[in-house]
Amino acid sequence: MKGKIKYRIGKSGGFQLLTVILACSCVLPLIAILVYIIRAGITKINWSFLTNVEKPVGELGGGVIHALVGSMLIIFFASIIAIPIGILCGIFLSENKKSRLAYWCGLSVDILQGVPSIVIGIVAYIWMVKPFGYSAFSGSAALAVMMLPIIIRSTEETLKMLPDSLREAAFALGMPFHRVILKVIVPCGISGILSGVMLSVARIAGETAPLLFTAFGYQYLSTNMTKPMETLPHLIFKYAVTPYKDWQDLAWGASCILLLFVLILNILTKLITRKWKVQL
Amino acid sequence: MESTIVKSVNYNAYFGDNHVVKDVNIDIPRNNVIAVMGPSGCGKTTFLRGINRMHELIPGATAKGKILLNTEDVMEMHPIFVRLKIGMVFQRPNPFPNLSIYDNVIAGYKLNGIKLPKAEKDKIVEHSLTRVALWKEVKDSLTKKGSFLSGGQQQRLCIARAVAMEPEVLLFDEPTSALDPISTSTVEELFHELKKNYTLIIVTHNMQQAARVSDKTAFFYMGELVEYDDTKQMFTNPKDTRTQNYITGRFS
Repeated sequence: MKGKIKYRIGKSGGFQLLTVILACSCVLPLIAILVYIIRAGITKINWSFLTNVEKPVGELGGGVIHALVGSMLIIFFASIIAIPIGILCGIFLSENKKSRLAYWCGLSVDILQGVPSIVIGIVAYIWMVKPFGYSAFSGSAALAVMMLPIIIRSTEETLKMLPDSLREAAFALGMPFHRVILKVIVPCGISGILSGVMLSVARIAGETAPLLFTAFGYQYLSTNMTKPMETLPHLIFKYAVTPYKDWQDLAWGASCILLLFVLILNILTKLITRKWKVQL
Repeated sequence: MESTIVKSVNYNAYFGDNHVVKDVNIDIPRNNVIAVMGPSGCGKTTFLRGINRMHELIPGATAKGKILLNTEDVMEMHPIFVRLKIGMVFQRPNPFPNLSIYDNVIAGYKLNGIKLPKAEKDKIVEHSLTRVALWKEVKDSLTKKGSFLSGGQQQRLCIARAVAMEPEVLLFDEPTSALDPISTSTVEELFHELKKNYTLIIVTHNMQQAARVSDKTAFFYMGELVEYDDTKQMFTNPKDTRTQNYITGRFS
């Protein structure tokens, strides 16, 4: 009898230990990647790295400013396209749970989320690059499509969590629909909506595939959205496969910057969600 | 004789094919407290929500018939105007969690984009909070969030929010069912004060409450208005056997 209980206690303890070990094994790869890239990349980042554009092979001291500016611009314009559409679509989905349009809309969002990024790049190539040529803007458009499902779903989920009583309180005061949404529903769910937006930015910051066919890459600093533009992930892709040591170093440095950017964005998201959360 | 403020004529309400309110005809006199009681699922809340057109916000809900406010049919009016004239307080206190107490009271103006001078806003806030006996308790914490108050205070804040719009009629949907006994009695005392300026229609499943606070009582059963009379008359000498059975607790 006693032996049986001991065996069961042991089994229970073993199972708990197993969950802890498996939980740690999820975190380990992340820590390994972080440590490795930061160790390899942080030494390559200096003033000239941050202020120069790339130099031809053999010439030392190139930088990534053109890719940094390009990434920021492309992400900025992608956000301008995706944020309003995404939030409005999320509002629609949460307000019309039962309509047929909402069903199909939700389904397409799910499917869109599963479309490989390279396919989105190819579609952007056919629709925008073929008629208008390579441009940073077509890159923004491709990335915007990738942002949409994340923003839509997070907006929808956040707003669905708000109690109906809130909506009723607003309607009972004679508020028209748009004011109920803009003045009551969205402000109460703002933390969830913002965190969705920031996560979507973090998600696309490192996308390379859709940019291969659209923003294409460029070796000089450019702010012209209608012309090709360099981006950090593309620059990493381009340099990492070269045999030259100093170009590989640039790729390490750029990886480190990209990683830190995404990391900071994620931490900010957590902070904002906590700070702006409306206590219901 | 008192003048009628709300009058329903052959009012019917449906959820899809489900007929929940059947041919209700009722005359509600001005400056009275009307209690609407009945067992769960008898259509009393649906009828109440029909009066300020909240019923139709639920997908699949429809209504037929007339509800006259003074002489105007609310079914013909735009719901926004109806709701400005007929305020509503819900079962659970629902102050806007993102607004301060002050802003919650004037939410009807602020969120509707009606601009008022500061002095007037202050007056409305003080006046409305005084009316619901909340001013003394919160006058020093007007900038705090509404959700910081206790449940009973929140409910009175919600009443103040409805009162601030100066409606003609106030609808209460089981306003005390989520409150403790002390808050309940505070809110019930309010009804006597409020009826001087407004007409109150209160849905309740609490018979004692109906007997305590109302001038007239309507008894709903299975979607029909079974009996509607002075409260005293209804509780001492009901005409319909169904009313009698309900009051004596034979079903609930």
